Amino acid sequence: MTVSGIEGILALVLAWLLIGMSGLAAPRALAWVGRTLFPLGAIVGVALACLAISALFASPETRVLPLGLPDLPMHVRLDALSAFFLALIGLAAAGVSIFAAGYFRAGAGTAPGLLCLQYHVFLASMAMVVLADDAFAFMVAWETMALSSYFLVTTQHRVPEIQSAGFLYILLAHVGAIGLLLCFGVLQGGSWQFTFDAMRNAHLSPGWATLAFALALFGFGAKAGLVPVHVWLPEAHPAAPSPVSALMSGVMLKTAVYGFIRVTFDLMPQTQWGWGAAVLVVGGVTGLFGAIFAAVQTDMKRLLAYSSIENIGIIFSGLGLALLYRGMGMGTLSALALAAALYHCINHAQFKSLLFLATGSVLHATGQRNLGKLGGLIHRMPWVAWLALAGTLAMAGLPPLNGFVSEWLLLQSYLFTPTLPHSLANLLVPLGAAVFALTFALAAYVLVKFYGVIFLGRAREESLSKAHDAGWLERAGLAWLAALCVALGLFPVLVLRALDGVNQQLLGATLGDRATSWWSVVPFTAERASYSPLVFGAGIALSVSLSYLLVRRLYHGRVRRSVPWDCGFPDQTPRMQDTAEGFGQPIRHIFGPFFHIQRTVPTPFDSAPRYALHLADRWWGWLYAPIAKAVDTGARWVSFLQQGRISLYLTYSFGTLLILLAFVL
Amino acid sequence: MISGSSLVALVQALLVIAAAPLLLGWVDQCRAWLQNRSGAGVLQPYRTLRKLLHKDAVVAHNASSLFRASPYVQFGAMALAATIIPVLSSRPLLATSADTIALVGLFAVARVFAALAGMDIGTAFGSLGARREMLVGFLSEPALLMVFFTASLLSQSTLLPTIVEVLAQRELAIYPSLAFAGVAFVMVLLAENARIPIDNPSTHLELTMIHEAMVLEYSARHLALIEWTAALRLLNYAAIGLALFVPFGLAKPTDGFTGLLVGTVLSVLKLAFVGAGLAVIETTSAKLRIFRAPEFLATAFLLAVLGLLVHQLLGS
Repeated sequence: MTVSGIEGILALVLAWLLIGMSGLAAPRALAWVGRTLFPLGAIVGVALACLAISALFASPETRVLPLGLPDLPMHVRLDALSAFFLALIGLAAAGVSIFAAGYFRAGAGTAPGLLCLQYHVFLASMAMVVLADDAFAFMVAWETMALSSYFLVTTQHRVPEIQSAGFLYILLAHVGAIGLLLCFGVLQGGSWQFTFDAMRNAHLSPGWATLAFALALFGFGAKAGLVPVHVWLPEAHPAAPSPVSALMSGVMLKTAVYGFIRVTFDLMPQTQWGWGAAVLVVGGVTGLFGAIFAAVQTDMKRLLAYSSIENIGIIFSGLGLALLYRGMGMGTLSALALAAALYHCINHAQFKSLLFLATGSVLHATGQRNLGKLGGLIHRMPWVAWLALAGTLAMAGLPPLNGFVSEWLLLQSYLFTPTLPHSLANLLVPLGAAVFALTFALAAYVLVKFYGVIFLGRAREESLSKAHDAGWLERAGLAWLAALCVALGLFPVLVLRALDGVNQQLLGATLGDRATSWWSVVPFTAERASYSPLVFGAGIALSVSLSYLLVRRLYHGRVRRSVPWDCGFPDQTPRMQDTAEGFGQPIRHIFGPFFHIQRTVPTPFDSAPRYALHLADRWWGWLYAPIAKAVDTGARWVSFLQQGRISLYLTYSFGTLLILLAFVL
Repeated sequence: MISGSSLVALVQALLVIAAAPLLLGWVDQCRAWLQNRSGAGVLQPYRTLRKLLHKDAVVAHNASSLFRASPYVQFGAMALAATIIPVLSSRPLLATSADTIALVGLFAVARVFAALAGMDIGTAFGSLGARREMLVGFLSEPALLMVFFTASLLSQSTLLPTIVEVLAQRELAIYPSLAFAGVAFVMVLLAENARIPIDNPSTHLELTMIHEAMVLEYSARHLALIEWTAALRLLNYAAIGLALFVPFGLAKPTDGFTGLLVGTVLSVLKLAFVGAGLAVIETTSAKLRIFRAPEFLATAFLLAVLGLLVHQLLGS
């Protein structure tokens, strides 16, 4: 049976929708939804990824769908860029769906069947965002994605914090969507054709093009969580059930990256290097900001949400670099930076999903999200702990796992700049590299905190001794994502070859040396830089196992168990371990000006001494509070129009009518 | 395929791993001389290792397997690093499989595993040490990376052998960017190897220690491996410093046996000089308060970035 790429993919998207609908057949039947529908969704995800990967090497296909308004049909297109993101969606969704099959239980909140519908509509809409080939279809899919994820975020809709998190999310999603609408409005360039093909051929003056670029950066940035429009992300992602958080952080943020790439690289053939510089700065600031805030969090899901902001910052700084080089006509370097950013997209989709799912298992087993009440779970939940270790090490950017590969590629693209023709860019690129290096090192700090406080040490609460390991479906989902982390780390050349199609399509250039072996990454020439993860991984495995065997053979393996030493202090309690606050304290100390800190310190005379520390985001005070105040003031100004008398309202209508008539006549 | 040069490289790596405690012993001996003590001799680290390897390991009741695996991972990572860095000849074993960035990644592997193991038992000092180690690490790692970047921009390569060969061929002059990078590198070396002024390797004063706090729970063969890893780390860093800033005299693969011999003698002399210099620094400076450590490291980071910018602006 041969299915042409795009039909097959559309059929799979439809299959997701049908699976979702079937959930409604028996909304409360957990066995039907969990054991049948979610695994089916995972199979569809794998199939989607397979078709998308084969489409990466095929030529673009377009179709017109019999959907939409009478003279405004929906166009879809499958090219290398959309195939890459479809593969990303499929791979991550497969793991998350398998996990979700074992995760959702009956309880408060939305019924499982309804959840299944929302979940699969969410998946299908993300796939449609990536497939859309005109502004109309894109916006419909985009809004469907926002709405379905809003309902998923508010699964526990009776909790006030979750309600307000959902509101903030939908608000910023729509502010961003307005930016996108305006952006497409500018991009059509007076032709009033809203297909992407027409936009590619529209000729914009530099001023209009810059406006369209700025609107795209704002609109997609609001969805991706760029500073300063990031505030919804640390609220909404932790509020959702863990598989949904995994999808939102791991996959949905990438659709924003996709949109940004589609608009700036594909729809606008002319790039100005200043745009790249702007994106580089925004990305760098976002990355550092996310890492610093992640380091001081005490809620495990909020920590991961801030870490998503950090990773989005890293991705966008790579995109900024690619735009900058593209604007200066350096094809190969631009291709390297873009490949690095895309590689980080797919890496982040895997390890962030993995870690969010692991927090879900921890949450199920312990009922705790607060890092201060966890600890020692490696003894109670070994499966989750060891699989999460893979994600932790990958995200900390340690070789030979996947996080390191994209870090390596991105550093290479920072590094091999010949002298750039503009002195500002010449300074910006090394500074960007410095910020990036700092961000990545901070990420390792954050992840040691995350993993150490949750899984290592001693249980900080009595109740943790009753924690149980995850079920086999959950383990399967985690193992799938962990395996992808390892595979993406060990076989980067295969991924980079697949990315050649995307680079060729968007930049007309590919990475340097084509005659390389399949095990060694060589972006330019072999003298400049090369990295062979397989040799490297084998080297680590060999030297670790050799040292183990030699010590065992030459000496002995005798072990005596005893109480911990700890410099001879007796009566250790688990509360003497570092808390999450304690682990973040040095970061709070060093980066103090970044935080809005409210601290209540007890006096010596307090009968019930209490210490409280509240860290807040300064952007609330800098940006959001003034806007809220301005809206409030404006509303009060116009409120005098509203007098509550019908005669006055009729006068308004009459006046409006007169003015409109004056225009028409 | 085992050619002559890869055999030399393998021997070099094994030699470095075996000789690493010697450098540590030499630094300690120099310190003893500077402080008017007679010292225990340069072979003392070997005696310590032998003693530790013969003892029974005492492991806390609630230690996980991560705790027991960690010393092997740290040692393995550091030993692998020794196959990347040119010490005696300029073509180490894994010359083309891993570059400077991968080397920094390898150091990070060792650091992360050490910190995770420190948190595993759940004692007060273990997690304190882990936190401080990561604090030192998150500032020194980017500084090291920036130092490598400066060298890479000068030589248009991130592969250490190429860097060394290019830098060794340039005429003898002071490059401003390398001068900044050199100072930054020395600061990173002191911090990463837990030397004064950041940490004191011979202290057991609980509240000030960093590295020692993290490894408090280890004993016997695990501790031996950790001590050996520390020695290896010091030698690796010293070799990196020599390769970047004094690359003259390293044997090239074409040099033949006499070249290799000359290179080896020169390298040993240079390492001895570095060890003595380290002892001087440690004897003449006092340990910083832990709160000052971030300032020290931030200075290192800024100097390294400055070196990079100077290169971009002046082109040298």
